[in-house]
Amino acid sequence: MSPLQLCLAFSSLLFAVGLTGALARSNSILVLLGLELMLTAGIVNFIAFWRFGPPASPATGVVFAIFAIAVAAAETAVGLALVISVYRHQRNIRLPEANRLKG
Amino acid sequence: MNTVLVIIALATLGTAAAAMSLRNLLHSVLLLTVSWAGVAAFYLWAGAEFVAFAQLLVYVGAISMAVLFAVLLTRHSRDDVAAPPASRSRACYAVVAGAAVAAVLVAAVALAPLASAPAPSPGVSVRQLGGELMGAHAASLLAVAVLLTVALIGAVVLAAGGPPENPGDVP
Repeated sequence: MSPLQLCLAFSSLLFAVGLTGALARSNSILVLLGLELMLTAGIVNFIAFWRFGPPASPATGVVFAIFAIAVAAAETAVGLALVISVYRHQRNIRLPEANRLKG
Repeated sequence: MNTVLVIIALATLGTAAAAMSLRNLLHSVLLLTVSWAGVAAFYLWAGAEFVAFAQLLVYVGAISMAVLFAVLLTRHSRDDVAAPPASRSRACYAVVAGAAVAAVLVAAVALAPLASAPAPSPGVSVRQLGGELMGAHAASLLAVAVLLTVALIGAVVLAAGGPPENPGDVP
């Protein structure tokens, strides 16, 4: 396999690990962390194609990856705030119990 | 060159898989921090130093701390960090779904006619990157700044606002 294919296989497996974690666990923090792993796999793809793909503008992939990391950080902050908010209302952060929208 | 990549990938995937399967939430978060550091090592390997250090600062430094705080704030007692796994059938379905997705993606990657010649690294200096960010991508940079501000203010409002005031509820 060429290095590009190895990188893409790495990111595919990372995505699959995150997906399995997000589906299998019922703790909302772990589900959020699984989502983070999937996002990280996407960013790994950006860097892999920037490094080995057909030449484009030299900084495009890096700029894209930086923006994706910023958006992922914002998403995690809001997700953790939601987890804490759910805990304040339900005294529990397991997802099967968090099934009502009423505060 | 490929050996280093395989070592980084195995370390990252191993710690991520262990983090997703452990019972103890604190151990999971710490292992995931190691996994994110492995991804930063991958960025370093690929020649994207700025992204590697951004990953270290944002994920290993900030997000792991935020997640640790969330874990510690949402436990009932001092030793309550165990996240019992879901039912066995659900775990089996999740593993099957993950394995199917991984098989499809890896097969597609392995069969795709991708360039096999080793390409020269499109090295990009921090100065060049700053010029790009402040020049061609200035509008996106502003949009991301506004998004981060709004998201963090929203997070504070969500986490701090309007708890149900039950006197006996506070541990």
